[in-house]
Amino acid sequence: MIEPGSSAPDFDLPDQDGNRISLGDLKGQTSVLTFFPAAFSPVCTDQLSIYHEVGADLAQRGARVYGVSVDNAFSLKAFQGALGITIPLLSDFHPKGAVSEAYGVYLPKRGVSARALVMIGPDLQVAWSYQPPSPLEIPGANLIFDALDGVVA
Amino acid sequence: MTASSPDRGLGSHAVPPVGADDHVRGDGPVVIEYADLECLYCAKANVLLSAVPVRRVFRHFPVLSKHPRARVLAHALEAAAIQSAFWEMHGSLFGDQGHLDDPHLWQRCERLGLDVDAFERDRRSEAVAARVDRDFRAGVRAGVMTTPTIFYEDRAYPGVPGADLLERLGG
Repeated sequence: MIEPGSSAPDFDLPDQDGNRISLGDLKGQTSVLTFFPAAFSPVCTDQLSIYHEVGADLAQRGARVYGVSVDNAFSLKAFQGALGITIPLLSDFHPKGAVSEAYGVYLPKRGVSARALVMIGPDLQVAWSYQPPSPLEIPGANLIFDALDGVVA
Repeated sequence: MTASSPDRGLGSHAVPPVGADDHVRGDGPVVIEYADLECLYCAKANVLLSAVPVRRVFRHFPVLSKHPRARVLAHALEAAAIQSAFWEMHGSLFGDQGHLDDPHLWQRCERLGLDVDAFERDRRSEAVAARVDRDFRAGVRAGVMTTPTIFYEDRAYPGVPGADLLERLGG
């Protein structure tokens, strides 16, 4: 997966409402791209719900979380609504997984993104990245705050 | 950490040791449980853990986006605790997950012989909210990402406790 110190690969993806979000839109803020395998899978559900719960703390630190998966925007819209979360969900649907691949987290055998976190600094450089040893292991929200303490503070 | 002490943020920290104001019952090895009162997996874990000889420590981990009533229920349970009925209300809530609206909470209070007016006042208090939030934030720092998550001998066990863990706990 992409390592800290690299320039974040460019992207331009629709969110769950069809609005385009590009790398350039993230300039000036700290962003955490949360790659996850699939909408509506039970593990992803917990992960994004808890990141949502700590959203105010993240905002205080000048950081914002984005979900990224290969689901299409309509599925992501339904997923976001079902969870009752406000985290923007970006659709890496077409060409399938291209952004996930650029970040080194696409799993071609399974056709989905690995579970991984990539923190992009305000200067659009990769500040931190993390991939758990197993897709069933959910990266704790505490890890994001650890990275913010080390990287941004 | 107390509710009034400064918040150190949400970076990693070990699960807090058992404190004087924790909700504790039973004797045996200490099992610290982060749970959501509207979570069916937590209700199942409650049944399983009730059958093993452990010293249970309950901590709140309401995941609001998944369970809209989770925080209301956590506050209700803390309000019952003020009337010394924490475990009675805990058993009541997990024992019937189909009746969690406010009138059902009042019925539960009446059944448990609680002062409903005091319960209504307490469950909306800032102190109760801070108590629940303290547990949640400590859980986040300890890496809790699903409910239930059980800590036993400094190791986290996410999800409903499995046969291996229950056997080690003496089940």
